[in-house]
Amino acid sequence: MAGPWPLLRSILRNCVAGTLVGVTVNDRYASVVTVRGTSMNPTLEPQQGDRALVSRLCLDARYGLSRGDVVVFRSPTEHRSLVVKRLIALPGDWIQVPAAQEIRQIPVGHCWVEGDNPDVSWDSRSYGPIPLGLMQGRVTHIVWPPNRIGPVERKMPEGRVMQQ
Amino acid sequence: MSGLARRLGGIPWREIAGEAFSRVFLVAQAVCAVHVVNAHVCSFALVMGPSMLPAMNLAGDVVAVDRVSARLGRVASGDAVLLVSPEDPRKAVVKRVVGMEGDAVTFLVDPGNSDASKTVVVPKGHVWVQGDNIYASRDSRQFGPVPYGLITGKIFCRNPGLSLYLYLSEPTFFYPFAPEFIEDGMHILRFL
Repeated sequence: MAGPWPLLRSILRNCVAGTLVGVTVNDRYASVVTVRGTSMNPTLEPQQGDRALVSRLCLDARYGLSRGDVVVFRSPTEHRSLVVKRLIALPGDWIQVPAAQEIRQIPVGHCWVEGDNPDVSWDSRSYGPIPLGLMQGRVTHIVWPPNRIGPVERKMPEGRVMQQ
Repeated sequence: MSGLARRLGGIPWREIAGEAFSRVFLVAQAVCAVHVVNAHVCSFALVMGPSMLPAMNLAGDVVAVDRVSARLGRVASGDAVLLVSPEDPRKAVVKRVVGMEGDAVTFLVDPGNSDASKTVVVPKGHVWVQGDNIYASRDSRQFGPVPYGLITGKIFCRNPGLSLYLYLSEPTFFYPFAPEFIEDGMHILRFL
């Protein structure tokens, strides 16, 4: 059959195939996110247009998230937005909350997240520990801009967390 | 020796490689399509446990899970939902939404032993979930309101006939009063 249909059909088929593969890779292996908000300065800086590589391999049955990882999770108050913070404490740990002058234990299945820029960060110090089920991945590298390409290191605040 | 080399040279390696690659790519596309439908459109799940009696069977029910509604935020009070357990992120549980954000929920604290009840206002972005069988359910009465982001799908269909077949074929599935757990119909994809 002559005309544009064979070409259009093949283009459409390739687009559908590419979309399926792209969505699967995005959900299961790795994804790239654009950082907005300054709560993770200086690790992630949105004014330079940082884009971060998020690894989803840590979400398997072994749940390979460690203390000090920068993680991406669904906001506990707005399920449509993704939030980037640093994971400070895992279930069973004791954490010192300086503002409330208290020490809290993280309940089972939950974790404590804090931003690297404590003055502007809205995190577990306000809304408490969040369920690990909200986690959507771990930030492993910055991939843009070129002068900031590199791994994102694991870091822990001094003397605030006592591990189980 | 040279006869063997000539025969090896005569085999159309490039075509075989091309066809093998396109077959593998087709299989990969099929697997990706299954993942996309399973995770974003609709999925099956096997539900067992006592916490949703009488709506769902103790020994196991196959249910259909609507992923689109949950993602769009179209979950309301009275819906049975599939959510990630706030106590163990590796487990998924089925409960019913009793209150959305802003609702005041009144519940019996310990229905088997006393008549005491409590009223709680559900905070922003959270939902209050309870099992239909409040005597044998671990839900928001124990672990508090859960963030909406933990909801992965809305249950919309149930097939008890299939569950009876599963019970007869796998008698070890029957655990009375075991913690409710759920088996994703496409769990074979976890190996990828």
